Amino acid sequence: MDSCETSMPKRWLLGVVLLLIAGCVMQGRSTHEQTGALGLGRPASPDEIRAWNIDANPTGEGLPPGQGTAAGGAAVYASKCARCHGPTGVEGPMDRLVGGQHTLASTSPIKTVGSYWPYATTLYDYIYRAMPFDAPQSLTADEVYAVIAWLLHQNGIIDADAVIDAHTLPQIHMPNRHGFVPDPRPDVPSP
Amino acid sequence: MNTDRPDESGGHDGSPRGPSVDRRRFLAGSAALIAHGSARLVFGAPPADVIEGDPMRTPGSPARPHGDRSPFEASVRSGGGSHSLTPLEHLHGIVTPSSLHFERHHNGVPAIHPSRHRLLIHGSVDRPLIFTMNELQRFPSVSRHAFIECAGNSRPAWLEAQDLTVQELHGLTSTSEWTGVKLSTLLEATGVRPEAAWMLAEGSDAAGLTRSVPLTEDVLSEAVVCYGQNGEALRPEQGYPLRLLLPGLEGNINVKWLRRLKLGPAPFMTRWETSKYTDLMPDGMAYQFSLVMEAKSVITSPCGRQQIHPGFHEIRGLAWSGRGRVRKVEVSVDAGRTWQQAQLQEPVISKCHTRFRFPWRWNGQEAILQSRCIDETGYRQPSREALVKVRGIHSSYHYHGIQSWKIERDGLVRNVDA
Repeated sequence: MDSCETSMPKRWLLGVVLLLIAGCVMQGRSTHEQTGALGLGRPASPDEIRAWNIDANPTGEGLPPGQGTAAGGAAVYASKCARCHGPTGVEGPMDRLVGGQHTLASTSPIKTVGSYWPYATTLYDYIYRAMPFDAPQSLTADEVYAVIAWLLHQNGIIDADAVIDAHTLPQIHMPNRHGFVPDPRPDVPSP
Repeated sequence: MNTDRPDESGGHDGSPRGPSVDRRRFLAGSAALIAHGSARLVFGAPPADVIEGDPMRTPGSPARPHGDRSPFEASVRSGGGSHSLTPLEHLHGIVTPSSLHFERHHNGVPAIHPSRHRLLIHGSVDRPLIFTMNELQRFPSVSRHAFIECAGNSRPAWLEAQDLTVQELHGLTSTSEWTGVKLSTLLEATGVRPEAAWMLAEGSDAAGLTRSVPLTEDVLSEAVVCYGQNGEALRPEQGYPLRLLLPGLEGNINVKWLRRLKLGPAPFMTRWETSKYTDLMPDGMAYQFSLVMEAKSVITSPCGRQQIHPGFHEIRGLAWSGRGRVRKVEVSVDAGRTWQQAQLQEPVISKCHTRFRFPWRWNGQEAILQSRCIDETGYRQPSREALVKVRGIHSSYHYHGIQSWKIERDGLVRNVDA
């Protein structure tokens, strides 16, 4: 009987301990599920990721709504770009953007958007994040699409009235799309 | 004509097992070097505020909270604007002082308060996470020495030899001890989905610089997300408060001011891995993702635009390889006709500057000094001629040909093609 009298509180205690252990395990699991084993960092919300996720890649992923044509792009280019890249994208002083096609294998290769860049989507990614040089991330999506349209038209890649947007940009075939090979080095014979 | 065999003729003074050095001539030579050589660039006149006189008879200055180098040391980075170059000819050992580590940035050096800085890891991961600097520093840490070399280092060497110093030619490489948390540790926290093969790394500078990093075994085992450099926090121009370190890979992909890592199935084809940092070949095709910096070495003393005097000189230089440890460095004092093995100075660390030394006595005759690095894979640094034969002169990046310094009869040292 004595044993029965003491068994109740013992069982109760055991139950509490088991609950505590289970609680710890569950707590641990949920921390692990959220932030990994060490519990450092915090989950990123979809809104936060959207705000940080500014890249666009060749599949078109990351390209925002909006659109533009070369006609609209001419004005954007003149006011935001020409100062560094020249009135027609050829004069500089900074990187030349227009022309140079069929020069890459010559003794004076000219690397431009038209002659060298393999993907048109890179234009959106780069212009939005880094241009204009003194005010990066200041252009609207429409302005970026328009200036891309102007650049592609200047390079003879699209017609003057072609609309550039998230749907059409990834479909542009750049002249030098197949001008790259994966790193073949070591390529120089050992002496 | 090159030969792999060490010179057996004994005809070159100062081979590693050569005759002992005449001490008096050595001292005279050293004094002459200090008086007339490049040392002039380092040891200028003492600043006016420095107490002159016998330091044993005047109390020195008190302790100070943050030290600086001696006022008699004046070695500085060259360049300016978007890049600066390390004065390799003035360094000792293998570590580059943080204040002399080369710089390359694409729209200035941002000023970032560490309490406001965050790292986001997302994309093909199980758990997108945001980390504060404090949290990153609480992870298990690692520390290692590694060189970082700009892919555009030595760019002038593609063209006809110009009268430049080793700093101007090759100063876009530096070595530091880097401290941080392994990338793999952070990816354990986020979990990685099976399709993840590439990772976009993004900086929070005004260029928003982005590069696609292949998630190879090498990268996963060696990449470090760094907050420390040479025992202190990163320098602002090295990415304060956070940068990516990918030992052995071109400088540009070691993204500074790191704010975001996004995993995905394919490269993101950023401007920096398409329009730039690709190597245009003579046939019009270009190498892409040529990320490893290949075996390379350069003699840093004597070197371009110095003046030396007859007598003993320890030829000194740096060698490195993005493929691992430097196995051997060979030196030629006769324009590559014969090669002798230089002594490697410990420590010899994988993917890190390695110092080499070679004792030599200049007899006052014209001489052309060269060095070549052989790394642990057996790869041997090529001559400029062999490199240009394959890659032409328009690839811009990843130059690693043998450097030639000509000693003129008057002791002037010049950059030449040989």
